[in-house]
Amino acid sequence: MREVISTGNQLAAKAAVEAGAMFFGGYPITPSSEIMHESSDMLPAVGGTCIQMEDEIAGISAALGASMTGVKSFTATSGPGISLKAEQIGLGFIAEIPLVIINVMRGGPSTGLPTRVSQADIGQAQYPTHGDYASITLCAGSLTECYTETVRAFNLAETYMTPVFMLLDETIGHMHGKAEIPDLEEIQANNVTRATNYCEPADYLPYDAEMNKPAVLNPMFKGYKYHVTGLHHGPTGFPSEDAYQCEFNIERLVGKINTVHLENNGLDDLPDYEEVDLEDAEVCIIAYGSIALGAYEAVQKLRAEGIKAGLFRPIMIWPSPINRLEEIGAKFKDKILVTELNMGQYSREIERIIKRNDFTKLLKANGRPIAPAEMVAKVKEMM
Amino acid sequence: MSEIKKVKNLKEFSTSADRFEGANLLCPGCAHSIIVREVLNATNDDLVLSASTGCLEVCTAVYPYTSWDASWIHIGFENGSTAVAGAEAMYKALGNKGRLKQPDRNPKFVSFAGDGASYDIGFQWISGCFERGHNMMHVVLDNEVYANTGGQRSSSTPIGSSATTSPAGRVSYGEKKNKKDMMAIMAAHGSPYVAQVSPNKWKNMVKAIQHGMEVEGPVFINAVSACTTEWKFAPEDTMAIQDLATDTLVFPLYEIIDGTELNITYRPKNVIPVEEYLAAQGRFKHLFKDQYKYLIKEWQERVDAKWDYLQKREEARV
Repeated sequence: MREVISTGNQLAAKAAVEAGAMFFGGYPITPSSEIMHESSDMLPAVGGTCIQMEDEIAGISAALGASMTGVKSFTATSGPGISLKAEQIGLGFIAEIPLVIINVMRGGPSTGLPTRVSQADIGQAQYPTHGDYASITLCAGSLTECYTETVRAFNLAETYMTPVFMLLDETIGHMHGKAEIPDLEEIQANNVTRATNYCEPADYLPYDAEMNKPAVLNPMFKGYKYHVTGLHHGPTGFPSEDAYQCEFNIERLVGKINTVHLENNGLDDLPDYEEVDLEDAEVCIIAYGSIALGAYEAVQKLRAEGIKAGLFRPIMIWPSPINRLEEIGAKFKDKILVTELNMGQYSREIERIIKRNDFTKLLKANGRPIAPAEMVAKVKEMM
Repeated sequence: MSEIKKVKNLKEFSTSADRFEGANLLCPGCAHSIIVREVLNATNDDLVLSASTGCLEVCTAVYPYTSWDASWIHIGFENGSTAVAGAEAMYKALGNKGRLKQPDRNPKFVSFAGDGASYDIGFQWISGCFERGHNMMHVVLDNEVYANTGGQRSSSTPIGSSATTSPAGRVSYGEKKNKKDMMAIMAAHGSPYVAQVSPNKWKNMVKAIQHGMEVEGPVFINAVSACTTEWKFAPEDTMAIQDLATDTLVFPLYEIIDGTELNITYRPKNVIPVEEYLAAQGRFKHLFKDQYKYLIKEWQERVDAKWDYLQKREEARV
């Protein structure tokens, strides 16, 4: 373990570099700019490249291009930047280009509340662009997770050959404090290296993947010639409108994440959620990101007052921890409080999973956080 | 035809009815407000304005207040010019159909944007406006940095300047690329009028703005805007820095008419060495270390070469 004093944004940049990232392409935007500032310092020091591009679209495009050379690549922005990057995120999905996209959430829509906290990009992270695909989205609930979950995002991107969203919010991104993070050796030992197909170049078929398996894209400059496109494509990568091929492609793109997640109860061995005092609880608070920090305190306060409260905190937002949420829905019935900084974007997912809407919501979308006292008061109303 | 506003002297100009109020949240010493006020004061006509995301936008319209006594649109970072172009196109269309209540009002369409929103993210949008030929004016408040988001370099940031994403230090002298020549690029669009102005030369500036508002077609104004925060100088020195910018010829004041005819509009009586301009700003402080001093010489050579080029262009009339 290492103890560091840092901010969430700085830790995310540190994590990226220590996860092996060699390229950053981005554009200044509050509240994520510090990730680029840090990267502009840290990446050149390890032989990598950080480029401030002329706009958000160029930022992600350069990062996609860099990723095709075989290096781990990332970009960082906030909601309006994701909106601009949306088309190229779609290219990342269909062409199966690994990329980590860090979104430090601020109030929206449009320019919204640039300097204030929000969690209103939960829905955007699930469906940032047109078409069918499945998103992987992680959400940091502490300074430590700004580091550990960013490392995980890189490993997931390389494993599943897909863009992965790493969500921070303004509060956690700018929060300055002590964090315990794993040793560098431990991180490096577990870093995922992208799969390569060492066949004869003439035999290489980049997109000849089985159902629910990702493509194996060899790095550029290694003698393997192939075609990368945003069009539907066959095993060679060349465009195809063949009905069977298109159907197979889409089912594979969605299945390589959603089906694998359901069948294996997760995409990797790491926890998709955290539970606090849930075993004997009579009421369950569901919170994620910086709001969960307040929820820990609310649980303590409620227990001190004799109300047995517990916390369920999703870390992997998409795909959501369906099985566990179903159990929580069945166990706590209407004694569930979902609290988030938007108009109920994750609450809708819970409704979808537990097939009820009799639980309580504590929502705020005015750029201000939710205080533990507000959660305590809300839970008391429910009891 | 609209009437041209007569401005006799600085006192009259500074006390004429403001459509941009001094009450705003811009840093003390920011040249943005001076430039914007001068642009708005140059005409009595109705105005349709836009501001791209940036210092000007965030500091002049904080709910429930506004500094703007005119129609004002804030849109995204990249597309202030396009929003004004849309309004202008609709104004024309309504006029063609005879559906304007006061067809003789002749409003002026002006978009304001910083150098980030003009040289970088808004570049293709401005290019589109100029190619389509909207009757509008685009004013760049050129402070050579993304001042609103923490001082990152833009493609207007000059060589040797230290910015958050091109920091100077042991291994780097800061920004390594020369400033994008937007004046030449916009003139190449065939714009009827392109001018570089500076608020310390206020008469020169008002003349350019008034001319720009009278001509038909898309007009580009690059206004030098000293940034006390990112250029790192004392707030009371703004005008002194602007004077240095124009009198060292780092920012030569000139205009290009119809994409070809170049006129130098201000010739300093005493040209000051570029070194003085650099020395007055913290962002160039490291250039005075022994290892980077050669850059000061290069700066002077670059400025001299540009001045030479501008004079030749003026003489050649092409």
